[in-house]
Parts: sequence; structure tokens; C-alpha cells
Amino acid sequence: MKTYPKESTPPINTSRRRFLRRAGVSAASVGLLATAACHKGEQIRVKPNKIDIGKGDMSVLNYAYALEQLEAGFYTQLIQTPYSDITADELALFTSIRDHEILHREFFKAALGANAIPTLVTDFTTINFSDKISVLNAAKNFEDIGVLAYVGVSNQIQNKDYLTITGKIASVEARHAALLSNMITPGSFSGTDQVDDIGLNKFLSISDVLYRTNGFLKTKVSAIYYDYQV
Amino acid sequence: MNLFNIINEIEKIDPEFNDRLNPRRAAIKNITRFGSKVTLAAMPFALGTMLKRAYAADTAAPGVIDVLNFALTLEYLESSFYNLATGNTTIIPADTLPYFITIRDDENRHVSFLQSAISTLGGTPITSPNFDFSGGSGSMTGPFTDVFTNYDTFLKLALTFEDTGVRAYNGQASNLINNKDILTYVLAIHAVEARHASAIRQIFKISPWITSTATLGNDTGISFADANYQGEENVLQKGIDVTKLPALSGSTTSIGTATAAFDEPLTMNQVQNLIKIFIAP
Repeated sequence: MKTYPKESTPPINTSRRRFLRRAGVSAASVGLLATAACHKGEQIRVKPNKIDIGKGDMSVLNYAYALEQLEAGFYTQLIQTPYSDITADELALFTSIRDHEILHREFFKAALGANAIPTLVTDFTTINFSDKISVLNAAKNFEDIGVLAYVGVSNQIQNKDYLTITGKIASVEARHAALLSNMITPGSFSGTDQVDDIGLNKFLSISDVLYRTNGFLKTKVSAIYYDYQV
Repeated sequence: MNLFNIINEIEKIDPEFNDRLNPRRAAIKNITRFGSKVTLAAMPFALGTMLKRAYAADTAAPGVIDVLNFALTLEYLESSFYNLATGNTTIIPADTLPYFITIRDDENRHVSFLQSAISTLGGTPITSPNFDFSGGSGSMTGPFTDVFTNYDTFLKLALTFEDTGVRAYNGQASNLINNKDILTYVLAIHAVEARHASAIRQIFKISPWITSTATLGNDTGISFADANYQGEENVLQKGIDVTKLPALSGSTTSIGTATAAFDEPLTMNQVQNLIKIFIAP
């Protein structure tokens, strides 16, 4: 397990992690597992402000659901409290993006059904919504992370339909990301910060993405099966 | 025999070698411990096994080379297109030229990447077809004879190629599901094509995403491109009609949002039919 200086508590011990894996930990079953584990004298603290995405395809969908909740929350806030000099064009573009992200969120919620993680509480206190630069940078960051996450998680998906659907969403996030890049620096839509020197978009593991996003969430998201715990 | 020199040498040929996905990175990192337990004589065999694990597992799945050669054909098409256009100093205005140079460079890198990926997997990269960007299947007298003299025609074709490219890559993802590394790399290219599509749509002054109506996928106003956007009007995702899902206010979602939020895949056959007018026999 990697060490994460800011966001995470010290790594859980290996035997417990193996136990969780073997037991097939899932978001829905964390509470039960905690009970089971306590019989063995182990302590797993399940706090209401922490959730785990579980394992298998449902974990990937919950991971996507978490990211889309974050994005939808950000744009909803942006439109509610827009920076003062926002243009009509910018407002229209951000409104469209907000609506895409809300639909992505609602799609994953519907697809997951009873397997869905709860609604996450967001924390955007580090973003100054009255400052255009702060907002654009935050938006670009969220879109870039979305692309990094969808590309990076693709090879964890077992169901072909889900793989195709996350691909359908990934390219829309990339369209958003390119727009935001160009709004900040015209012509930077395929910049070296996101696209490597062999022409491939960069990608990130679940743990790296959650490490970068949990700072915007009051409800912390773990992925124990993927070696990441907050 | 210095094992780390060998790893370094491999990295020179394949920069991603040490950067491949987690299990393999871990395997490479484990060499230190592993090496201390293996006799010098056994080393070449052990290394061979390790390399097989890093590469051979990916060669088995049938169709992967076909998928990559299909992608390579698309990248040949795009790279040739932009190489010709940016080599012509008059067609692209100065303010958007940097955009197309960026795109051209990405497409050329995609060609190189796919060629080496195919070779690494033991396949043979196809050679580039001869292209006819007039859309005349080699006659050079198709509907787009002014493609490299009229910026508007060039822009419309560029836009069509990029949006079609996005859809083509999306359509191949499920064919690569058993090939974890290649899948990731192909979807990494897919994302870059979507960045290009977004940028060109911005130049073309339409929304960066494809906003269809209930009956017409094509939102570009480019009449010849209807077939390239056919299917974009789909609102069913894994059996869920997403127009029936709630929006910020209201219990349903508009067709525009429902279609824009999802790019739709094209099959290999659909794409081949769409690009065949640009290929000389």
C-alpha cells in the first residue's frame, strides 16, 4: 500500500486487508463485516462519514458514481453562485456541463440500484467561486481527473456493456476537459500536463484518483480492495 | 550479468516497460528480492519467464492485432490529412494553425505508438493506404476536391474525422476487454481524439459535445456527415432510458442533455464504410 501523507490514516495491516478481500468486501456489506471482524478481536471503524466502493464491477460503477457526484456538485454550486463577470456563453457552457454531470450521476445511481453508495457530502471550501480563475482551474482539474480516472479504471471492468458505457462517458469528460483547457490557455486542449509525449492521455489508478479527490469530500471514499483507505 | 542494466536496456526500447500496470510494475520491483534467491546460471531463464509474463499474456486474445491495425488505419488517415493540410501554408489561418499542429503531432504519435504496439505483440503493422481526401475512392474527383484549398471544407472533414474517431475507438473497447494493457492504451488514445474533437468543434463554433435531437444524431449542420453521426441520438444506456432520469429540476432529462452526455460507439464495419471513400484501392 502506498503512503498518503495528507488524506489517509496509517495503512491497515496486511492480514486484515487480505481478510477483507477474501470476504469480498462491498459497500453494502461493510457494516456486517465490521461486526464479523470484531468477533476476531479486530477493529474496523466504520464511521458514517466514510464509505468504501467495494469490489467487482459494482465498485467501478460506485467509483464513477462518486466522481460524478463530485463534479455535479461542483457545477451546481458554480451556477448557483457564478463569478461576477461570467459571460452568457460561459454560463451556457457550464450549465450544459452541469447537466451532463448530473445525468452521469443519475445514470450510475440508477444502474447501481441497491448497490449504490450513499449521497456524498462535498466540500468546496478551497474553491473561490467568486473568482473566475479559481473556478476555471477547479473545473479543469475535475474534468482532467475524470478522464484520468475513466481511462485508468477501464481495465478493471469485467462487463463489456459497462466498459462501453464508461467509454461513452470518458470521451464526453475529455470534451469538457479540452474546453476548460482552452478557456484557460487557448490551444492547450491536448497539453503536456494531460497527454504524454507518445500522444496518449495520462491515466491514474483508483487510489491515486481518490487521493486527489477526497479533499473535496466530507464523506471520505475508500477503496480497500484497490489498496486505498482513508 | 547485471539484471538492472537489462531492464534499463528494455526501457530504452519500450519506455513503458517499467511503467506498465501495477502487477507488472510490482513484478519488476520484486527483481531485487527475487535475484538474491536465484543462482546466476538460472538468471536468463528467470528473466525470460518474467518477460513472458509482461508481454505474452497479451498476445493470446484473437482479434487484438486486427483491432490495432484498424485503429492504425484511422490514425494513418488522420495523420496524412493533417500532414498535408499543415504542409500547405495557405489553407489554415494563422490563429488556428497551432491547434492543427498539435493535433497533427498527436496523430503522428498515435501512428508510431500503434505500429510499435502491434510489432511488440508479434503482429505486422499494416502499411498506410493511399488516401484520396476528395472522397473519390481514388479518383481524386470526389465531393471534397477543394479540401486543401478551402478552409471550410477542410474544417468540416477534420471535425467529421475526429468525432468519427472517438466513436470508432469506443466501439473497440469491448473487443479488448481481455487485454488489459492494450485496452488502457487504446482508451488513452480515445480520450485524446475526444480532446481534438472538442477543440475543432470550438473552432467550428458549435458545442464541444454532440447534442442530438430525437431523430437526428448529426448536430453539426454538415449535411454529408449524417451517417457519421447516425446512432448519436440514442438515449438507452444499459437498458435505462436516460431521458426518464431526473435533472436538476424536474423528473426528466432533455434529449439534448441525454445525447450530449454520452458519445455512442460505431462498429468496425460502420467505420470502414464511412472512410472507404477516402481510401484509394
